[in-house]
Amino acid sequence: MGMKADIRLIDDNGLRIDGRLPNQLRPIRMEVGVVKRADGSAYVEWGGNKIMAAVYGPREAYPKHVQDPNRAIVRARYNMASFSVDERKRPGPDRRSIELSKVISEALTSVIFVEKFPRTAIDVYIEVLQADAGTRVAGITAASLALADAGIPMRDLIVGCAAGKVDGVVVLDLNKEEDNYGEADVPMAILPRTGEIALLQMDGDMTYEELTNAMEMAMEAAREIYRMEIEALKGRYGGDVNE
Amino acid sequence: MEEKKRVRDIVVPGEEIRVEGKPGRGVFVENGKMYSAYLGILDVRAGYVNVIPLSGCYIPKKGDKVIGKIVDLAPMNWVVDINAPYYAPLHVNDVPWRVEFGDTGRFLSIGDVILAKVSNVNELGQVWITMKEPGLRKLEGGHIIKIAPSKVPRVIGKGGSMIQMLKDYTNCRIYVGQNGMIWISGSPDGIITVIKAIRMIENEAHTYGLTDRIKEFLERGEE
Repeated sequence: MGMKADIRLIDDNGLRIDGRLPNQLRPIRMEVGVVKRADGSAYVEWGGNKIMAAVYGPREAYPKHVQDPNRAIVRARYNMASFSVDERKRPGPDRRSIELSKVISEALTSVIFVEKFPRTAIDVYIEVLQADAGTRVAGITAASLALADAGIPMRDLIVGCAAGKVDGVVVLDLNKEEDNYGEADVPMAILPRTGEIALLQMDGDMTYEELTNAMEMAMEAAREIYRMEIEALKGRYGGDVNE
Repeated sequence: MEEKKRVRDIVVPGEEIRVEGKPGRGVFVENGKMYSAYLGILDVRAGYVNVIPLSGCYIPKKGDKVIGKIVDLAPMNWVVDINAPYYAPLHVNDVPWRVEFGDTGRFLSIGDVILAKVSNVNELGQVWITMKEPGLRKLEGGHIIKIAPSKVPRVIGKGGSMIQMLKDYTNCRIYVGQNGMIWISGSPDGIITVIKAIRMIENEAHTYGLTDRIKEFLERGEE
């Protein structure tokens, strides 16, 4: 992960650079149904991340050779806007976003009842408007809301959450400085109902104990994010959130 | 929308359903427990627990009357968009006219709207539709609007009460396809009122006492 820097990411009181505790999430705001022309959509603000997701389909998959006669294919596209980072990002898919699109597609495929829509494609567009570390997990969270909004049958909502290691301490939900100058980052996608993991990546070095610790921390936080997802979905229809 | 309306129980995908009954539509079972597959409304009917989705595409069912739009012509058939994940072919044998080979364009051309019936669906999702039945025809003139197919029953109402009310108040002719396409024909003012009323039904489909509110709206609009 990045280079060693002189900045201290954890102060003497054990607080992080933005004043958070090691197991504290950044503020998260979710909104559903923001893109009128899409079948389903969602907007997520996660700390400094601003992410929009839109779902189209299920619709007949073209080109025809990508069709699967038994199930729907899920095509997620993760894309970063050129203005989403400090230094202008060259627009278009690069190695990183192609990889993320692939792993996000696979994570989403695992929750959708794909066998209900043979020969079709479900397109999920994830646009990162502003990036501040942890965009893939915020993107997965937004995609999950957009899929539910599109009326696509799913086994569970899916929650993205990251943990990592900074200055030798295992912390939850890294921000940009921690991501750049920390030691490790572990993004995860979790199915909160069963506690299954749909995506697990690690960038950096951690011991087995630290990784287990980080995963448990993310699991714990997933429950909180799950509650926010339910609130965002039900709140849109004036439903009883606590039900 | 000033006073608080009573809202039906809303469930999210993967939410456990703790209601007595057999699993019905929109519900899946894992380890003996029922879970919702959709973001939808909980509906218990005749001992079955169903989840009615709040949105989603139309899944064709045999026997459904649908409204479709011609998107392509071929020598022996038309290709019809019925708002489902797949286009439906309409074969020349399934129309009430005698069509010569290659002469399909004389009867229905691209952009025409038809009222048709789903004659067959297979497990691959392929759909066939027919117009060979009394009442099925080409729809000329009028307006087309789209709503979520899951909300079609609310637009029709119990025993057709809602749709009859819309027709009575506005003197419009209305056809509601099971696929969420609605055809409206009548005076311009009538059409505008119907569209407003249907949009209102669509937005408030998950609340109780909808028919009364729509009635109130129509009475206000008539003045």
